[in-house]
Amino acid sequence: MTDLTLTKKDFTSDQEVRWCPGCGDYSIVSTVQSFLPELGVARENIVFISGIGCSSRFPYYMETFGMHSIHGRAPAIATGLAISRPELSIFVVTGDGDALSIGGNHLIHALRRNVNLKILLFNNRIYGLTKGQYSPTSEQGKVTKSTPAGSLDTPFNPISLAIGAEASFVARSIDSDRKHLTETLRAASAHKGSALIEIYQNCPIFNDDAYQIVKDGGTKDGAILRLVHGEQIKSSTHGVIFEAGSMKVVPLDSVNESDIIVHNANHPDPAYAFALSRLSGSQLDHVPVGVFRDVERAEYSTLVNDQIADAIAKQGAGDLSALLSSGDTWVVQ
Amino acid sequence: MSKQVVSLNQVTIRFAGDSGDGMQLTGDRFTIDTASLGNDLSTLPNFPAEIRAPQGTLHGVSSFQLHFADHHVKTPGDAPDVLVAMNPAALKANIKEIARGATIIVDSDEFTSRNLSKVGYETNPLEDGSLESYKLHALPLTSMTVNALAELSVSRKDAERSKNMFALGLLTWMYHRPVEATENFLNAKFAKKPDVLAANLLAFKTGWNYGETTEDFAVSYEIAPAKMEPGKYRNISGNTALAYGLIAASQRSGLKLFLGSYPITPASEILHELSKHKKFGVITFQAEDEIAAVGSALGASYGGALGVTTTSGPGLALKTEAIGLAVMLELPLIIIDVQRGGPSTGLPTKTEQADLLQAMFGRNGESPAVVIAPSHATDCFDIAFEAARIATQYRVPVFILSDGYIANGSEPWKLPKVEELPDLHVEFAKTQENFLPYDRDPKTLARPWAIPGTKGLEHRIGGVEKADKTGDISYDPKNHDFMVRTRAAKVAGVEVPNLEVDDPTGDAKVLLLGWGSTFGPIGAAVDALRANGEKVAQAHLRYINPFPKNLGAVLAKYDKVLVPEMNLGQLAMLLRSQFLKDVTSYNQVRGLPFSTTELIEATMAVLND
Ligand SMILES: Cc1ncc(C[n+]2csc(CCOP(=O)(O)OP(=O)(O)O)c2C)c(N)n1
Ligand code: SF4
Ligand SMILES: [Mg+2]
Repeated sequence: MTDLTLTKKDFTSDQEVRWCPGCGDYSIVSTVQSFLPELGVARENIVFISGIGCSSRFPYYMETFGMHSIHGRAPAIATGLAISRPELSIFVVTGDGDALSIGGNHLIHALRRNVNLKILLFNNRIYGLTKGQYSPTSEQGKVTKSTPAGSLDTPFNPISLAIGAEASFVARSIDSDRKHLTETLRAASAHKGSALIEIYQNCPIFNDDAYQIVKDGGTKDGAILRLVHGEQIKSSTHGVIFEAGSMKVVPLDSVNESDIIVHNANHPDPAYAFALSRLSGSQLDHVPVGVFRDVERAEYSTLVNDQIADAIAKQGAGDLSALLSSGDTWVVQ
Repeated sequence: MSKQVVSLNQVTIRFAGDSGDGMQLTGDRFTIDTASLGNDLSTLPNFPAEIRAPQGTLHGVSSFQLHFADHHVKTPGDAPDVLVAMNPAALKANIKEIARGATIIVDSDEFTSRNLSKVGYETNPLEDGSLESYKLHALPLTSMTVNALAELSVSRKDAERSKNMFALGLLTWMYHRPVEATENFLNAKFAKKPDVLAANLLAFKTGWNYGETTEDFAVSYEIAPAKMEPGKYRNISGNTALAYGLIAASQRSGLKLFLGSYPITPASEILHELSKHKKFGVITFQAEDEIAAVGSALGASYGGALGVTTTSGPGLALKTEAIGLAVMLELPLIIIDVQRGGPSTGLPTKTEQADLLQAMFGRNGESPAVVIAPSHATDCFDIAFEAARIATQYRVPVFILSDGYIANGSEPWKLPKVEELPDLHVEFAKTQENFLPYDRDPKTLARPWAIPGTKGLEHRIGGVEKADKTGDISYDPKNHDFMVRTRAAKVAGVEVPNLEVDDPTGDAKVLLLGWGSTFGPIGAAVDALRANGEKVAQAHLRYINPFPKNLGAVLAKYDKVLVPEMNLGQLAMLLRSQFLKDVTSYNQVRGLPFSTTELIEATMAVLND
C-alpha cells in the first residue's frame, strides 16, 4: 500500500472541537490522532463508535468513519459491525457513565466475548455532559448536584470490573501522559481481541484535579506504580510485594529489593491482574498505570466467521431452491 | 367385510393432552401427512407458557388444531369435529368448544378418580352420561400401548410415552392418511435410540390396526384433495417463512444477512431457524439483551449488511431508543415483532395485535418508520422480502408485525421459483470528491449508504440532529424543522401497492377491513355471509405505514366499515385520525384468533344497524 504515509493531520477532521478549555479530552484526541498513522491502516478502514457524553463527541474530530450513537450502547453497535466486517479496525470511545452505568451490560459482554474492539474509557469520575452528577466511579461521599449530602454508592474500579468480565487486555493510562498513552494504544492495537484502556481524564469544570496525585510533579513519581512487563512494579518510593496471600504496597526502604514483584502481563491467572487492580483504593494513594493483563484468547468475530466458513466447506455454499424445498414436499399437477 | 368409507368436504381435529404428551408433534405429523395428500389446511397450536406445567392440570393442557378440506381453507376452524383428549384435563379444557354430535376419543386409562378430582370432575364424564350427545370412544390408550409393546425392551415409561403414536396411528387410519412419511420421520428422529424408535413405530402401527380391525370404529373418512395451483408445495409456519424470506432477500440483494436477537416467545424460532443456515453466510448473534440485539443489527447495517432484529412486545419496548437512532442515521433496519398478549409479560404464548401503535409511535420525537404486516403464514415469506426492499431502498427502519397465531400456525405453501424472485440489488456509495452523507436521492429521498472501507467517504454520523446534505451536527431551528419533515416525507413516500377490495357485486353494504393475521378469520366470515346472501366486501392492509394511496377512496366508498382487531381498536384509531372516517371497531383480546361465528355476528350487527 502506497498511500499509508499518513500524518496526524490526515486524521484530524474539519470539525471545531467543542470541549471546555482545559478538558483532558483535548490531549487524548491529539494523542490518538498522532498515533493512528503508525497503525498502518487506511483511514477508510478505521471506525470510531461512541455513546453519549462529553467524551463521546470524539468521533467527530477524527477523519475516519465514525458514529456518535446512543448512551451506553456503543459496544453493542460496534460488535455488530465487527462481526460482519472483521477486517475493520474499530475503536469504541466511552465515558465512565456511558460504559459503566447505562452501558455496563454491553461492556462486560463485549469483553467476555473478546470482540476485536479497542475500548477507550475516559474516566473523569463524573457526568460531564449533564453538568456534574456523580458517576459510578466517583468516590463514596462525593458531593455533587444530585448528592448534596455526599454519594452513598461504592464506586466501580473499571479495571477490576473488566478483569472480572474475562477481559483479555486491560490497561490504564493518563490523559496528560502522551508518551504512555501512545505506548498503551500501541499495545492494545497489537492485541487480538477486545482491549479496554481506562484513561484518567481531568474534567476541570465539574471534577477538577480528581487525579492531581498522579499529575502533580511533587507526588506523581511516588504515586504511580509503573506496570511494565518483565520489570519490577514500583514507584519512586514504593514497591509491590506478595504478603499473606495478597499484594501490598510498601515503602522501598522497608523490603529487600528482590521481594518486589516482577510484572507479568501475560499471567494466565486473572487473579494476578485483579490483585494489582485492587492496589489503588478510591482515594488513589497508589495507582498502577500500564498494562495489567494481556493474554491470548480466540477473537469473537474470527470464531463467528470460522463457523460460517466451516459450514460452507463441509456442506457447500447455500442453495436457495434447495432450502425452500427442504422437508416434506408434494407436487400438485 | 371391509368397513364403510364416507367422503367429507372438510374436517377439524383437535389433539389435546398434557404438555408432556407430545400433542404438538402428533399434530405436526398429521398435518404434514394431510398436506401431502393435497388437502388445503390451516393449523392452530395452543400451548401453555410453562414448559412442563404440573401434570394433569387444566393450565398444563396443550393442544393442536388442524382444519383440512377439499377446498380452500382460511382458518384452523371454529368448533372441532373430532377431539382427541389424552386425559380428563384435556377433556375439561376443551369440551366447551366441541359441538354436540362431534367425535371424542379419550384415553380412559387416565380417567382415574385422582385425575378426575384434580380438575374438579365430581363424577366420571365417561360414565355419568354428560357426553351422551357426542360420539364417544373411550379407549384404554395407555394400557393398549403398553401391552402392545410388552415384547420390546423398553421401560414402562417409554412405552406409555408412545401412546401419542397410538392415537396418531388411529387417526391416520380414520382419515386415510399415508403411513410412510410418519414412519420415515420416526426413523430419522430416533435413529440413535433404536429402542424408542421400535416403540414408536409399533405404537403407531398398533393404533392403525386398532382402527382397521375393531368394531369400535365402523367408518373411515376420505377428504379429496383441494384444487390448488399446479406446482411444488410444502407446509410452512409463519416463523419459518420469515426466516426463509430473509435468507432469500439476502441472496437476491447480495447483502450479508445479520440477525441480532435475544430469545423471546413467540419469536425465538426465527433465531433458531436462521442459526441453522450458516452456509448461506448468515450471521446470527444472540445478544445480551434486546438493546444490544438491535444495536448490533444497526451496526451491521452501517457496515453494509442486511441488519435484522427479531423480538416480541417486551423486547420491542427495549429496542425503542436504538430504532430512533436508525431513523436519525437513515440506515436500513428490519425489526420483526412477533406479537403476543401484553402489556408487560402478558400472555407469552398467546396471540394479539396490540403492538401496532408501539411500532408506529413508540419512540421519542417525530420518528417515522415503515410498518407492514403479513396476512397469513406463507405471506411471511413475501413480507420479509418486501421489508428488505423498502429498508434497503429507502434506508429506513421497517417493522414487520407478525403475531403468535401465524408464527406457529402453518399452511401449504407453493414454492416460489427462485429466479423469479425480484432482484433486490443495492448500490453502496462509491469513492467520490466532496462526499455529502446527507445528500438525497430526489425520488426516494434516501441518503447514500456509505459503508466503512470505502476510500474517500470517511464521515461522521450520529443521533444529534444533522445538517441537511453535510450531515454535520446542527442545532439550527430551521434545519431541524426541515429534517423532521424530510424524514416524514421519505416514509410517507415509500411506494406500496394499492389496496385491493374483494367486493364481487360491487355494491356491498359493509366493508370488513383488517390487518395482519385476521385475514383468514375475516375471509372465512365473509364467505359464510355471502353464502347466506349478504353483500359484504373484504380488504386487508399489509401496509400500515404508509397506507396504500387509494385507502382514502376505498373508505369513502363504503358507508359502513367494520374493523376487527385483536386489540382495543388501534388500526381504527389510525384510520379515524387520518381519514376522519367513523369506522366501527370490533375487538377481542382473548389470546386466540377470531372465530368465524363471532365475526358473522359482528357483521350482521353492523348490517342491521
Ligand atoms: C438514554 C439517555 N439517558 C440519559 C442521557 C443524558 N446523559 C447524557 S451524557 C450522560 C452522562 C455522561 O457521563 P459520562 O459517560 O461519564 O461522560 P462524560 O460526559 O463525563 O464524558 C447522561 C446521563 C442520555 N443522553 N440518554
Ligand atoms: S464538562 Fe468536563 S468533561 Fe465535559 S468537556 Fe467540559 S471539561 Fe471536558
Ligand atoms: Mg464521565
